[in-house]
Amino acid sequence: MSKPVLSLRDVRVEYGGRSVLEVPALDVCSGEVLAVIGPNGAGKSTLLQVMAGLRSPGAGVLRFRGQTVRPGDLGYRRRIALVLQDPMLLDASVLTNVTLGLRFRRWPRRKAVGRAMGWLERLGVAHLAHRSARTLSGGEAQRVSLARALVLEPELLLLDEPFSALDAPTRVALLDDLQGLLRETRTTTVFVTHDQDEALRLGDRIAVLLGGRLRQLDVPERVFAAPADAEVAAFVGMETILTGRVVAVENGMALVQVGSQRVEVPVTAGMRPAGPEPVPPLQEGSEVLLGIRPEDVTLAPGETPLLPSSARNRFRGRVTRVVPQGRLYHVTVACGFPLVAVVTPRSVRELALREGREVVVAFKATAVHVIRR
Amino acid sequence: MEVVLEGLQQAFWLILRRDPAVVEITLRTLQVSGTATLISLLLGVPLGTALALGRFPGRRLVVSLVNTGMGLPPVVVGLFVALMLWRSGPLGRLGLIYTPLAMVIAQAVIAAPIVAGVSLAAIQQLDPRLHLQLLGLGASRGQLVLVLWWEARRSLMAAAMAGFGGAISEVGASMMVGGNIVGQTRVLTTATVLETSKGNFDLAMALGLILLLLAYLVTLAMTWLQQSGRTG
Repeated sequence: MSKPVLSLRDVRVEYGGRSVLEVPALDVCSGEVLAVIGPNGAGKSTLLQVMAGLRSPGAGVLRFRGQTVRPGDLGYRRRIALVLQDPMLLDASVLTNVTLGLRFRRWPRRKAVGRAMGWLERLGVAHLAHRSARTLSGGEAQRVSLARALVLEPELLLLDEPFSALDAPTRVALLDDLQGLLRETRTTTVFVTHDQDEALRLGDRIAVLLGGRLRQLDVPERVFAAPADAEVAAFVGMETILTGRVVAVENGMALVQVGSQRVEVPVTAGMRPAGPEPVPPLQEGSEVLLGIRPEDVTLAPGETPLLPSSARNRFRGRVTRVVPQGRLYHVTVACGFPLVAVVTPRSVRELALREGREVVVAFKATAVHVIRR
Repeated sequence: MEVVLEGLQQAFWLILRRDPAVVEITLRTLQVSGTATLISLLLGVPLGTALALGRFPGRRLVVSLVNTGMGLPPVVVGLFVALMLWRSGPLGRLGLIYTPLAMVIAQAVIAAPIVAGVSLAAIQQLDPRLHLQLLGLGASRGQLVLVLWWEARRSLMAAAMAGFGGAISEVGASMMVGGNIVGQTRVLTTATVLETSKGNFDLAMALGLILLLLAYLVTLAMTWLQQSGRTG
């Protein structure tokens, strides 16, 4: 792993005598996209404000490339850029908005305009340059807001739920473009979201924040497949994460090779039901991550014949683990790949689920979350 | 009714004829109240902004004082400024009493709290997340304030109009510290009072109409500025 750009040590933020954020150690590495996920009120925005140098932690230190950042440090703030959930555009032209940060840095107007036009172009909104920012749609405004941050070519980009106020098709399109730009520029990014699919899509690593505590920090596969604790597991929900490659596409369905098995998914299974605008469909040869929620997997006795069913994915397998969690059981089945199902105690009894038991697992093609990488 | 019609007639006549005395009074009114408004903006806008953005002990007390100041009785201001500038007063040596500058000071004292109060509200009603966003794009404190003023420009223009209205319509303080001296400190309001007291209702009407017209024209110009570039 490369050198940390930003590191937090023993950071604590208190509000009204209550601790709202506690981060013993967190490093953001050069060129990575760190997704911070957690439910509303988990302290995600507070963490981002601390990272932006806009909120002083009551205790702990923030270091940027090894140097301690003091709260409100202007020099530091001019090396980073922040994008909020609401675009917060000024009542001025789009171009004036996008050159704002450069003018804060005392760039000559002509030079700033040149660079701003380039970024408006890359975000597909160059035609709006001379429009009043007040007349933009939500998606256009967020694109302008992203251009306003990216034009600074920041050493660290901080994104606070930039897509959550957008409708699904707009969000999917913007997410696609942002993913491309971040990959191209290798901008070190911290991306806060409550949406796991967005986090899986953009994040090289995922930090899970619950109740102001950093509960897990790992690559997406491990966060989802091996949650640090029950609360993280309950939040991330999607316990089966598989890496695969699309080997065939026909009749609107894609076959994804996962381990020794082939999983069937609809080619349009993007990250979310995408409304009227179709998500770019899967293509043969593309690498994908598949996510399956344990509640979408059904188990049947191993003797059951593999009859045709509406559940397109049916595999024979063997139980490798049965773990009680709350009032339910999480059952891991090796069926060419590890698959987690959640079942009731009664099912555990009736199916005699225990390690080594032969079972048939089934899940619908539409239950598979496809995350294009 | 006759008085009103005669007043109107005379007003038109005075304006058309460009009566030198009337022109002089009008220009002085504009100069005194314009300067007073400018000073009140220089004092009031930064004060209102500081009160809107700052967090310091006693802030609420200062805000309540500013809000009270918005309704400051001009006679009381006149009395206070007169006492300060009186030949034997603390600032008497400056020799300002009964000069246009004394009137500028009195009117600025009246207008400044109005400007500060409206500015305070204008800056406070901006989305607090805008501050975070601007700082997150690398704004210094000064740049932050300039951008916030830009965002609140229409409300700040309203502050200027309210301040100008307070200054130009005021008569008590101008009378007390200016003295209504012909050719020196006579302005439209004090002249109107004088002509009314002399029973010259037609001339008083004429001066009153000119005052209204002047206030309207200046406000119209500011409104035009305020509303230009407005969308949606």
